[in-house]
Amino acid sequence: MRPKGRSETESLYFTYPYFDGPSDRNHLSDPAAVAIVGAGPIGMTAALSLAREGVASVLFDAKPTFNDGSRAICVARSSLNIFDRIGVVAPFLEKSLGWTTGRSFYRGRQILEFKMPDSDQEKYRPMYNLQQQYIEQFLWDAVEKEPLIETRWQSKVTGVEDTPSGVRLEVEDPHGSYAIAADYVLAADGARSQMRKMRGLRLKGDNYEGRYVIADVQMPHDYPTIRRALFDPDCRRGATILIHKQPDDIWRIDYQLANTDDEADAMKESTVRASVSAVLNEIGYDGDWDLEWWSTYSANTLALDDYRDGQVFFIGDSAHIVPIFGVRGLNNGLADAHNIAWKLAWVMQGKASPALLDSYTPERRGATLDVFTNATKSARFMTPPTRGWEVMRDAALNLALSHPFAGQLANPRQMTPYTYADSPVVSADDATFTGGPPAGAAMPEARVDDGYLSDLLGTGFSLIMFDEDLAQNVNIPGVEIIVVEAKSNIGKLLCAGPLSAYLIRPDLHIAARWFKATPAAIEFGLKHALAGTKP
Amino acid sequence: MTPDNVEHVYDALAETIDRVGKEKSELFLAKLALLLSNEIGDVERVLSLINTASLNLDASN
Repeated sequence: MRPKGRSETESLYFTYPYFDGPSDRNHLSDPAAVAIVGAGPIGMTAALSLAREGVASVLFDAKPTFNDGSRAICVARSSLNIFDRIGVVAPFLEKSLGWTTGRSFYRGRQILEFKMPDSDQEKYRPMYNLQQQYIEQFLWDAVEKEPLIETRWQSKVTGVEDTPSGVRLEVEDPHGSYAIAADYVLAADGARSQMRKMRGLRLKGDNYEGRYVIADVQMPHDYPTIRRALFDPDCRRGATILIHKQPDDIWRIDYQLANTDDEADAMKESTVRASVSAVLNEIGYDGDWDLEWWSTYSANTLALDDYRDGQVFFIGDSAHIVPIFGVRGLNNGLADAHNIAWKLAWVMQGKASPALLDSYTPERRGATLDVFTNATKSARFMTPPTRGWEVMRDAALNLALSHPFAGQLANPRQMTPYTYADSPVVSADDATFTGGPPAGAAMPEARVDDGYLSDLLGTGFSLIMFDEDLAQNVNIPGVEIIVVEAKSNIGKLLCAGPLSAYLIRPDLHIAARWFKATPAAIEFGLKHALAGTKP
Repeated sequence: MTPDNVEHVYDALAETIDRVGKEKSELFLAKLALLLSNEIGDVERVLSLINTASLNLDASN
């Protein structure tokens, strides 16, 4: 919501574009290879990922512009890697605010400062703050230039039907309605997905008690980009408050509502202004501020049982809703998009078996369930669900005033990308390794000369090897081979011996690794990673 | 600990529970449990003691 007198897209600092529905009507019913429903950050990332693989898509969105409000603001390192892979990372780095540090306060006193893992071996910082409409703008700038993507705004998908060869969509826009056939559909239409409803599917899981108001204010507040969590502050006794800095002097303030607070009253502009004012007073800011936007939020852990329904794949919030504390809503959605896009492209181009598509749910739903486990722990600390959790949370906070070990309980467990250990297309890990990232894990980053390991990878599969002679004996078309010394920093990071090899997928996860590789084992591993078909 | 030591701790706990008052005694005891656990430094032993303390609570009815 926005202050009285301003429309939903009338921002203090961002000009929302306006997009017409398609005016050229002749080709609207031409079949599409892939139809993507929802042109938010997830749908656009899917379209760009497909385009980078050479696959055309038609992107539908019911709105005439981007999503209103700043919404998801924390972009994780793993998402920067995705933006890098699809060639759009530059504007994100220029505009966003990178950060590594968080501070937690209890009754106004700092009880914890934590740093997320970072080093000079990393190309990107662990987290970047950026308003969602900028995320959408930067993706849109790339989508608009991409000839393989056709975007149709103000186009609502009103029907979906399976056909022998794919899916038929009914589409309505301001000029009329039509049907379009697609081989595959990606449903990226968000938490209230109409596609999900039309397919008769339901999210399953738990709702949590805690309700939050999230409000953006613009103010020249002099504080670094450090996430602050205030527990039991004077301005809202018993509640938890989170404060994030965003670009353009915008500050995100999330404050928890008490069980007794009436939500309708809490959402009134006057109540929001008073609540924000009290928070600003608490953190010692006494300058001017403008209210930009606000919304509500409550913690849920909900997911579809299967992210695939025939030729329809659910990506992002349409498939799962996770608590914000883990900052994994947007980030997991982007990983969904990137995961399904390369698989779909490789299957459509005959480079992989259709069975590869069945690895999407185990890999990405597995990641969601992992978030649930971690986020549930965070949510229990932020918003204790029962008296027992509340007593112990309060004891930990109180003890943390004098004993730092107790403050660690307030550390929001930092999530690392999920390891696809149970994936049908990831080889069993080679137990000969004494360490290093296992098969299924995201490839760790490392410095190489003036650049980074990720810069050396090919657009498809890549092999990291440590022996020139062995590398000479491996010749698989389309697989990029990178040879580094076993004694190098990369070799050490990967706990590699001279004959080791790591097979890296297009999405930077490790498909297989061998401590002592042979060309035959590598070929077999690649075949397994493509669900049976050699490239 | 000698029986005298145990009695000393017993007295100190009783006095402190009274001093912090009914409203804060639960918070105080939970803090103490975390502190003692940290001092013991043996998670299995602490979990076993948590279980032990939860036994027979109905006998005090």
